[in-house]
Amino acid sequence: MAISFDKHLGAFDDALILRSRRSEIIASNIANADTPGYQAKDIDFKSAMSNAMGTRSEFKKDSLKMATTNNNHIQMSQNTFSADTMYRNPYQPSLDGNTVDAGVEKTEFTKNAIHYNASLRFLTGKFQSLTKAIKGQ
Amino acid sequence: MGLFNTFEISGSAMTAQTVRMNLVASNLANVNSAASSVDGTYKSRQAVFKTVVDQFSNDPAVAKVAVDRIVESEEPLKAQYQPHHPNANDDGYVFMPNVNPIESMANMIDASRSYQTNVEVLNTTKQLLMRTINLGKS
Repeated sequence: MAISFDKHLGAFDDALILRSRRSEIIASNIANADTPGYQAKDIDFKSAMSNAMGTRSEFKKDSLKMATTNNNHIQMSQNTFSADTMYRNPYQPSLDGNTVDAGVEKTEFTKNAIHYNASLRFLTGKFQSLTKAIKGQ
Repeated sequence: MGLFNTFEISGSAMTAQTVRMNLVASNLANVNSAASSVDGTYKSRQAVFKTVVDQFSNDPAVAKVAVDRIVESEEPLKAQYQPHHPNANDDGYVFMPNVNPIESMANMIDASRSYQTNVEVLNTTKQLLMRTINLGKS
């Protein structure tokens, strides 16, 4: 009887990947807080998670491969989560077209980090319970 | 992996804000650098940022920032009548730089706040990565 890590770990590994991706996006927003014309991006976490949970293994496969006609064509690294990127609605207009609100981005980043920590904590618990089961305690 | 890109993103932001701080320091240092002609006088300098998307990974989430160019202000220079100034031109006028100290201070506060925010992002990401490495360790 093989241990199915996928089933045991539940959604937490997908949650970790999505959370780290979201952390990247929000860090880009914070870094570009002064760039003229930059639009603040984010991902809709709920729909992305439900996508990941609904089609667990299929979602991870590269669904959009570039058609190559020659053996020497290099395959671009596909990031299947990139389709979820959406733009954030700004609270106020700005002169230079930049829609990044530093306060909003900072709070979103902190929330995301806390969620990431929570997922890590749950994952650790799952691994520890697996270890206990293996050790037979 | 996702979180490692954050180091480069925040690092690029810190570099860009440092350039901005250097320009503020240059502007404030040259507030009184009078010269005899309009072309030779120091003009207030600002940095223009642009987003740099990595062309190889084609990932819209990894958006680093870089200084696009440094522009000199087009504001008209003030001419002061100081005939005994060593740099005075034939009419006795010297041209003062168009540096606005209040604008420079506001710029400095904004740049330092952005810099601090990016340092926090870096620290938090480093913490998350260290915790991920220690995953499973009781």
